[in-house]
Amino acid sequence: MKQLTRKRRALMEDLSGYAFISPWLLGFIAFSIIPILFSLYYSFTDYDILGTPVFNGLENFRRMATDELFFQSLKVTFFYAFVSVPARLLFAFFVAMLFNRGTRAIRAYQAIYYVPSLVGGSIAVAVMWRRLFMSDGAINAVLGKLGIVSNISWIGRPSTAIWTLIILAIWQFGSSMLIFLAGLRQIPKVYYEAAEIDGANSFKRFLHITVPQITPVLFFNLVMQLINGFTVFTQAFVVSGGSGDPLNTTLVYALYLYQRAFKYYDMGYSSAMAWVLVLIIGVFTAIVFKTSNSWVFYEAKEGK
Amino acid sequence: MDVHMKRKLKHNLGQIAFHVIVLFLAFIMLYPILWMISNSFKENSEIFNSSSLIPQTFNFSNYIRGWKFNNSVSFTTFFANSFYYTIISTIGAVLASSVVAYGFARIPFRGRAFWYACMFMTMMIPYQVVMVPQFIIFHKLGWINTFKPLILPQFAGVPFFIFLMVQFIRQIPYELDDSAKIDGCNRFSIFTRILFPLIKPAVITSTIFSFYWRWDDFLGPLLFLNKPRLFTVSLALRMFSDPQSSTDWSAIFAMGTLSLLPVLIIFLIFQKYIVQGLVTTGLKG
Repeated sequence: MKQLTRKRRALMEDLSGYAFISPWLLGFIAFSIIPILFSLYYSFTDYDILGTPVFNGLENFRRMATDELFFQSLKVTFFYAFVSVPARLLFAFFVAMLFNRGTRAIRAYQAIYYVPSLVGGSIAVAVMWRRLFMSDGAINAVLGKLGIVSNISWIGRPSTAIWTLIILAIWQFGSSMLIFLAGLRQIPKVYYEAAEIDGANSFKRFLHITVPQITPVLFFNLVMQLINGFTVFTQAFVVSGGSGDPLNTTLVYALYLYQRAFKYYDMGYSSAMAWVLVLIIGVFTAIVFKTSNSWVFYEAKEGK
Repeated sequence: MDVHMKRKLKHNLGQIAFHVIVLFLAFIMLYPILWMISNSFKENSEIFNSSSLIPQTFNFSNYIRGWKFNNSVSFTTFFANSFYYTIISTIGAVLASSVVAYGFARIPFRGRAFWYACMFMTMMIPYQVVMVPQFIIFHKLGWINTFKPLILPQFAGVPFFIFLMVQFIRQIPYELDDSAKIDGCNRFSIFTRILFPLIKPAVITSTIFSFYWRWDDFLGPLLFLNKPRLFTVSLALRMFSDPQSSTDWSAIFAMGTLSLLPVLIIFLIFQKYIVQGLVTTGLKG
């Protein structure tokens, strides 16, 4: 009898549990699982959306191996992510160190430094960025005032175009800065006091206390932001006018994938590209986590 | 005395240097935004080769010209569309997320850990994977050029918000649930009457982030909306600045400035919730 009520109670818990998570569960099936399975299937087909998907085995992947634009987009994306993300984090860390003190004005400064992160994802800013770096934009005007005559179009020249996007990303260091600041404030003050008594100078305190204490935060943000960097789309789309020009130097991976799907209706190929992206992110994440023990400091757990 | 004075002087000089550097950097940071705002008042001819932040005359006509867009549709429509999409999506995302979060945080049902792990997995999968099949499915359902493909997925809850709220609910003592249960509350009324009011900070943080993400969303509207009268502000701005047409930059900057206003106003009011949300996502590795 008692066992029966316990069983019944467990069943009730199951029912109410699934009732509560049902919005997510239904959405998960409808908007994630089913599309993921379809995407996997499409990646082995030739499909132009009007007809029916025609199974063609590994043909999409074979085509990829000889597709120059595919490799170009990989190159652009890696360059973008591996330059902009470390630079943004270093900058954020540097400014957070600068702000990690008790001045009253700091709160106002923090807010100002955060504003670019706040508006950086908007189309208004992306459009403005394009205008800023045109040959008759403000960047050249400022350079002219400093005595440097420049009339190049930063967004129109293959050697500089990607840098406008990288600068746009670094400019938005504010949110990382706030995260680091919170991380720095969590470091117990006694560590510094003890080190000071032991005669460690400020550089040594930074190297042996601040750096090891902050690396887990740094590491986590590096991974997450690099993954985001691999999938950058909107800024490249707007700044290059949707083309990835000049000479495909701003053709990031997600932009090329978008073009394949919605300009050429090459649904099979773009699905295959999406799975290569998953693979890249997966391999990359695995490498970072495998090697993290050697460069991330985790506090030793007691009793181990 | 002399040593003391020297030290104080050195300290003050250090302080001054700090503020000078920080203010200078702040100016560089804000310069592009200020430039955009000032350009929204300039004559079109004044924008060329100009780095100035102060317009020669204040031209409000840019705002009127920009608002009219191409005369067949105006920014009245675009702002209405953006607010509609943003507000409905945000309400759906936040309410659904809180209900789901309660289920994950409080009810010990079978399979809980598995589904929670699945939720985290979806956060790692790039949107590009589901983009093409979602488009095809919505296309077959005849939902292209409606707001359904944009709004409906939000009503399933957003993993990041669910995570945020689960973290929050776990800090609330179980005694509250238990005493409510003794008073005869069922699960749902425990959630609505006891828990939901207590997780208000997490709800506000989620609401703000949802508003920002939907307001700035570009890829979604680009995929699913291609009739100008359905355009959101983001899409309209992008079409406005199309390199193929001759461009009315003053008017674009005017509308761009307006599109940032809701974002900035919310920031000024709810700053502390934004910082809290950022820190929760950035520190919990």
